Amino acid sequence: MRLAFIQTLTKLVRKDKRIMLLTGDLGFNVLEEFAQEFPDQFLNCGVAEANMVGVAAGLAHEGFIPFVYSIAPFVTLRVLEQIRNDVCFHNLPVKIVGIGGGLAYGHAGSSHHTLEDVAVLRSIANMTIIVPADREETRSATQAIAHHPGPVYLRLAKESEESVYTKNRHFRLGKGIETVPGVDVALITCGSIVAVAAKARSLLVQKNLSVSVVNIHTLKPLDVRLIKALTKKYRILITLEEHSTIGGLGSAVADIVAKTPLAHFYILGLEDCYVTHVGSQQHLQHIHGLSTEKIAKRIIQLTLSSRALRQSFPRLSRRTQGKLSQ
Amino acid sequence: MKKFNVKVLTNLSKKIRLMVLDMSYRSQVGHLGSAFSIVDILVVLYFSVLEVNPKNPRWSGRDRFILSKGHAANALYAVLAKRGFFPKSWLKTFCQDGGKLGVHAEHTVPGVEWTTGSLGHGLSVGCGIAWGLRLSRRRGESRCFVLLSDAECDEGSIWEAALFAAHHKLDNLIAIIDYNKVQAFGTTEEVLGLEPFASKWKAFGWRVLEVDGHNHQELVACLSTPGQNSKPTVVIAHTVRGKGISFMEHGMKWHYTAPNEREYEEALKELSV
Repeated sequence: MRLAFIQTLTKLVRKDKRIMLLTGDLGFNVLEEFAQEFPDQFLNCGVAEANMVGVAAGLAHEGFIPFVYSIAPFVTLRVLEQIRNDVCFHNLPVKIVGIGGGLAYGHAGSSHHTLEDVAVLRSIANMTIIVPADREETRSATQAIAHHPGPVYLRLAKESEESVYTKNRHFRLGKGIETVPGVDVALITCGSIVAVAAKARSLLVQKNLSVSVVNIHTLKPLDVRLIKALTKKYRILITLEEHSTIGGLGSAVADIVAKTPLAHFYILGLEDCYVTHVGSQQHLQHIHGLSTEKIAKRIIQLTLSSRALRQSFPRLSRRTQGKLSQ
Repeated sequence: MKKFNVKVLTNLSKKIRLMVLDMSYRSQVGHLGSAFSIVDILVVLYFSVLEVNPKNPRWSGRDRFILSKGHAANALYAVLAKRGFFPKSWLKTFCQDGGKLGVHAEHTVPGVEWTTGSLGHGLSVGCGIAWGLRLSRRRGESRCFVLLSDAECDEGSIWEAALFAAHHKLDNLIAIIDYNKVQAFGTTEEVLGLEPFASKWKAFGWRVLEVDGHNHQELVACLSTPGQNSKPTVVIAHTVRGKGISFMEHGMKWHYTAPNEREYEEALKELSV
């Protein structure tokens, strides 16, 4: 996803020299070509992220469009006051690009994960938050935010699928996408875990459970219309995110769902914890119930979690009775 | 821009102190000590050094000024009003319900470049502005001035900015430090010693000038000096918190408290001499 981002940024800078890229001493094998082609638009600010965000705010004040690039926790949680007071309060067109949101840095451990970034930044006024699902979406998002007039947080994974869509999807900031329509359950998700959700969906098709995978790439502003429409169309809404279950996508959707008659809403993610096991992103996802198989199993459990629902899904109920306890 | 003489600047400083005293007494909001220690610096800047246009506060050719120690906004507001950025009547609304002016500097007030209040932000923003000015060569010789408090230099972010400014040779950036050697809950020596202060800035690669922060002649000379090639400048202004009112020049109280009626009357007497 980083390469998709920098390739798109390169094309944009060729047309608009106001765009700048600031990095907190990161970018090995990713940013070299950019730095060489655009020496005036590139700034390695060193391991001094608070200063970097302040500098970005000052540059934006003078009419430039700075992109600030680092590993996600360093350019969000660490510099929160600078983001809030200097960027967002002044409503400046600074784009914060956080690499490795969620568990993407796997083996690097908890200091390099961020399960709180969306929750925290969502609460800051004037901030727009986008979590692209794949490389294609990263390109579209980068294009869309370049001339967005205010602050943006772009949460990128490290690696990702080229495309999670079966057909071309038009990216519009603030508009979610029902990537694959369904009938029974709406699985609302974002980021690189959309690909995992798509695989879980395929498993569930075999169990005759029809799940729609809905990609909410823009967490703020949320596509309220789409969420409300989903509550009317589906009996069960489940959100899935590589983020804490507190304050992220699930909470954002919950705010809307709470005002509707929908009775069955569940949030899947990391449950208010740090991830301290050692392993790759896939391993950590598995341990925390976010692998394809575990997500599929959890969706079935939730679908059968009440008598009313079991009556709605009699075939699923009969087939899986007893098996879930194994 | 008109260059005033020292006598004029001295009288202006007195007037500004009276205005600030009045604002504080009316609103019963403090930070008087912090405001008084920078009045002379602000008067020299706005009446003798900065290229600004009160009729066009965001004129692209202006010098930029950031009050990074935002809690002394009362002093800045008095100076901006006197300089003609907004009506003097606004000062009466300082910290009043529905008023135009609050405790900390706000960028929505004409003449205020940046909203501050949490210490440690202004120098980084100043670095970004200085860098941007350099990139936009059409902005001419505009400079960026940032006024910091000494306690503010406890913040790590100040030193990140210091490294950055020197590394990138931001010679259009001038930091001014209100070195009154007292902070919110003790002297700078008791809380987090800054000495050897000038040596620290020199070691970080800055040009260091030291000045009596209440001597207008010295301040004018210092702040008007052209930038040194390839180095940012720091002006360490030795000041006294509460300067101008004898009983406010000592103790923690005047960081926080507004004068009562008796203290107000006594202060008025001293300033009116």
